Amino acid sequence: MAINEKRTQEIRRRIARNKFRDHLFWVVGLFSTLVGFVVLFALVIDLFADGFPRLSWSFLTSYPSRFPEKAGILSAWVGTTLVMIVTAASAVPLGIAAGIYLEEYARKNWLTHLIEINMNNLAGFPSIIYGLVALGLFVYFLKLGESILTGGLTLGLLILPMVVISTRESIKAIPNSIREASCALGATKWQTIKDHIVPYSMGGILTGMIIGLSRAIGETAPIITVGALTFIAFLPSSPITSTFPFLSFKWLFDPFTVMPIQMFNWVSRPQKEFHLNAAAAGIILLLMTLVMNGFAIYLRHKFRKRIKW
Amino acid sequence: MKRKFQTRIKERAIEGVLLLSALSSIFITLSIVFVLFYEALGFFKDVSVWQFITGTQWTPLFAQPKFGILPLVSGTLLVTGIAVLVALPIGLIVAIYLSEYAPHRVREVAKPILELLAAVPTVVYGYFALLFLTPILRNFIPELSGFNALSPGIIMGVMIIPYVSSVSEDSMKAVPMHIREGSYATGATKFQTAIRVIIPSAFSGIAAAFIIGISRAIGETMVVAIAAGMMPNLTFNPIEPIQTLTAYIVGVSLGDVPHGTIEYKTIFAAGITLFFMTLSLNILGFWFRKRIREVY
Repeated sequence: MAINEKRTQEIRRRIARNKFRDHLFWVVGLFSTLVGFVVLFALVIDLFADGFPRLSWSFLTSYPSRFPEKAGILSAWVGTTLVMIVTAASAVPLGIAAGIYLEEYARKNWLTHLIEINMNNLAGFPSIIYGLVALGLFVYFLKLGESILTGGLTLGLLILPMVVISTRESIKAIPNSIREASCALGATKWQTIKDHIVPYSMGGILTGMIIGLSRAIGETAPIITVGALTFIAFLPSSPITSTFPFLSFKWLFDPFTVMPIQMFNWVSRPQKEFHLNAAAAGIILLLMTLVMNGFAIYLRHKFRKRIKW
Repeated sequence: MKRKFQTRIKERAIEGVLLLSALSSIFITLSIVFVLFYEALGFFKDVSVWQFITGTQWTPLFAQPKFGILPLVSGTLLVTGIAVLVALPIGLIVAIYLSEYAPHRVREVAKPILELLAAVPTVVYGYFALLFLTPILRNFIPELSGFNALSPGIIMGVMIIPYVSSVSEDSMKAVPMHIREGSYATGATKFQTAIRVIIPSAFSGIAAAFIIGISRAIGETMVVAIAAGMMPNLTFNPIEPIQTLTAYIVGVSLGDVPHGTIEYKTIFAAGITLFFMTLSLNILGFWFRKRIREVY
């Protein structure tokens, strides 16, 4: 009897210990998750504390300057916008087309397999490698110069795998019955894709595109590598002209700077006043990416709720 | 009849265009390999490979240049090591917590916020490391220099937590429920189940997640370019200023880099070193991912 008593107690102790560890881990896990939140929070507070007083209309509409209180981000945000237009125009159609081919047409053979492995591999390369390749390929081999076109194409290469992968994911989610129904009504393969597959997977494709572009907005290293300038006190030539044909693509070949480079330039100066400018540019950059990401999360949520097969 | 023929041509043409788009990824890879090798070859005509991989000094732009890549490699490994020490344990714990413990509502909120960590532009993290974390760390380590490996390493670690946690969590979620239930039925707690059943079952996925994290850390540029200094330094002391492969490339590119100059060649030499480091990790990661698919 006494032995049994002892044993029971021993088991109870062990259960208590295991339960304690279980609870302990629950707390540790919660705190680890909070680490990320805390850093994000501290980062936002720090940026706002330093940079918020610098934010003003003139900060958005002034060129960079030797005098920190006069400097602004006009050439930077215009540059970012134009580069993003080129990036989206190059990566999105190509990425969606590649995604459609891989999901809807590709047969299971070595070529498809190779493309698939390759796509994952491309997504794994550091962005600066893309910058180096763009320097050799776009700037010197194709002689596009250190221009907006080069910058946009470089970032296009960078986000292409993201667009392809998200396109494939969302096409994959469409059940086969939809395809069969369409074919049964006599639609060709392309008609099925154009009228059914692409519209139904638009939510996922858009989400991937926005996340890719938000990544591209913050990319600094590859853009520095292809030779974007850090001090630009003029705007690229206007895309709209007063004479016929009213559209000009000269801006594609103009030198440029982008938001993260402007911020980098200010951070690396020793004067404290420029750091405040950097913080202010950081706030705008952060807002751009957060808004884009928020929109993507919203889209994903909305489309996931609405469509039920 | 004619219409049918036209339709068929159109279908074919569209398929061809789509195939070309898909093939573009192969073209991109080929140009990456070709450009890197071609430009690095120019460098290795001047400098022997042996000298490059065993030299302990990297002063390519001095009057008497030395071309030893080791200081840049050690800088890269040092910062990566610090980042990994932060990201892997925290990322793994977060993954276990989110997959096994957290209620549905918590997970729905926590995952997007964690993803935002990866979305913040890296130049903003650089600012944060240099002007927020370094001054704080200096209160604890007075001899910490203004530029150092420690602070960007820690920030980079936090930055890659979501890469590690989301892939690990996905592979833990993929462990079938009956395996968990079997463990609970023998009286195991959630913690015991996680450690002894879930982690071994999801091992391949977790390993792949770790590799993605490490590979991110190796290739990360702006945080180190801003906060780690620009000094090639063969050291594993985290409180000293260092330079990584990526930071070197950025540092040189900030100036004018005309084609064919020694600056131009060295950034490609650094680039191809980086390429081989990440490629070997990619291959390892691919091998682990392939194993995941084979398990269930």
